[in-house]
Amino acid sequence: MSETTHDSAVAVSAPPSPDDGLSPAELAKKYGLSVSGARVGLGEYIRQMWGRRHFILAFSQAKLTAQYSQAKLGQLWQVATPLLNALVYYLIFGLLLSTSRGMSHEVFIPFLVTGVFVFTFTQNSVLAGVRSISGNLGLVRALHFPRASLPISFSLQQLQQLLFSMIVLVIIMVSFGSYPGLSWLLVIPALALQFVFNTGLALIVARMGAKTPDLAQLMPFLLRTWMYASGVMFSIPNMLAEKNVPGWVTDVLQWNPAAVYMDLIRYALIDGYGASNLPDHVWAFALGWAVLIGSAGFVYFWKAEEQYGRG
Amino acid sequence: MAEQTLETIEPTAPAGARVPTVIADDVHIVYRVNGGPKGRGSATAALSRILRRKGSPGMREVHAVRGVTFVAYKGESIGLIGSNGSGKSTLLKAVAGLLPTERGSVYTDGQPSLLGVNAALMNDLTGERNVILGGLAMGMSREQVRERYADIVDFSGINEKGDFITLPMRTYSSGMAARLRFSIAAAKDHDVLMIDEALATGDRKFQKRSEARIRELRKDAGTVFLVSHNNKSIRDTCDRVLWLEKGELLMDGPTDEVIKAYEKETGK
Repeated sequence: MSETTHDSAVAVSAPPSPDDGLSPAELAKKYGLSVSGARVGLGEYIRQMWGRRHFILAFSQAKLTAQYSQAKLGQLWQVATPLLNALVYYLIFGLLLSTSRGMSHEVFIPFLVTGVFVFTFTQNSVLAGVRSISGNLGLVRALHFPRASLPISFSLQQLQQLLFSMIVLVIIMVSFGSYPGLSWLLVIPALALQFVFNTGLALIVARMGAKTPDLAQLMPFLLRTWMYASGVMFSIPNMLAEKNVPGWVTDVLQWNPAAVYMDLIRYALIDGYGASNLPDHVWAFALGWAVLIGSAGFVYFWKAEEQYGRG
Repeated sequence: MAEQTLETIEPTAPAGARVPTVIADDVHIVYRVNGGPKGRGSATAALSRILRRKGSPGMREVHAVRGVTFVAYKGESIGLIGSNGSGKSTLLKAVAGLLPTERGSVYTDGQPSLLGVNAALMNDLTGERNVILGGLAMGMSREQVRERYADIVDFSGINEKGDFITLPMRTYSSGMAARLRFSIAAAKDHDVLMIDEALATGDRKFQKRSEARIRELRKDAGTVFLVSHNNKSIRDTCDRVLWLEKGELLMDGPTDEVIKAYEKETGK
């Protein structure tokens, strides 16, 4: 790093060899260089994310398409997979275990299938989220982009997957006597809130999974426990009504975010599933969970932005 | 380094006032690798380590870059040499801000970028979609990708033997895939450009074309870093060379001097 005397003769308004004797940090400051890979402020981070929105969308669609590109039936599996899923749950919980508990056949089948699809949306977002950094280290180490793009992109992929499942759902609704009506529009805000909630959760587990990849092994068990506690294949109030538990226990169980979103979508779509099945303040909880987990997850993920890629 | 570099300084800055674009200040980089042969502890021991947030004995540390300091100036073209595993690529990634430093810091002007896009591409997608995805991944806007799409495909020569761009990339031969990857990566302009050697791919005709493209990119970029084991291509393109060995900066100076010392050392 010999800054030669050659330079000194023409230095403009500075003493000879002005950069001599400056420490690297001072030199960087003088020429306005910034630390490479440093974390930017939250506002700037959001601005960068917005700049990458096309990448986020394209990446999620690419992942979705790539999933079934080797299968003979191709993209038909987008619809066939949720359909088969619903069938399996119907066989086990509808026919073998009959957990319907007082619900009529016309209500229980749509109830069950909606629950499975909506919970799967959250479940898969979390599963994809936990691997979104640790499973894409090559990408993280090769290119520059706000890392939150990855978990968000994976959640977006799950949302698109859910929209395919919705086609199946509509068919099931209609064949069990729930016809499209104005209340169906409620699905849109409910799913939007659930998407924000899922993304926040995916961001949280993405940071944890980047640090401790073992979480990817653990996560399926946690999620399955969550599923059984959320009333996917049984109605929480009906189930607890037979037991002798105080009313607030039922409320607390029903305010669990997965249960809230499932109930809202069931309420919107199924004719025989009235407001009496919903807990108090259900929309407030739907909004609260989305805002809380969405923003907390985003900030939590951003706080470690400069550390992703080591490992 | 005086005579060699001074000739190539661009007249943008007042003569003599050399503008630094990359400053590496005592950079240390440590990789942490799970599951080295050292850690045979029991599962419960591993669990308690995770809970107590301690580094495990199974976690091995690889100190890949040890205290490298240099300043790169605008208009310089810098070669990185050294044996395999000496930390060249790792250093480039740290300069690009893709790998966090353990100690020390890297200061840069703008966003240096590594020429390479492989990781963003998906083998199951068509070449067409990969061009778009790769362009977006590198930070190009939708319009920019659309504008350059035809150029990228033409440059790669994928369509010379038929309409292959609409086939999934997994059906390409390794040479064809490499050509497409290079074409996508080279489609963007960069301030500080870093080129890893692995890019010299494809048949002879394509290699010539990609060399020309790299020269073009160099002209537009402020500073260029080139990793290569090919001393001739370093001599052709670089006016300054950093020689890394075991993560330490062994020598930093004009190309001829450093390459001579390197060749003597490696017993060429």
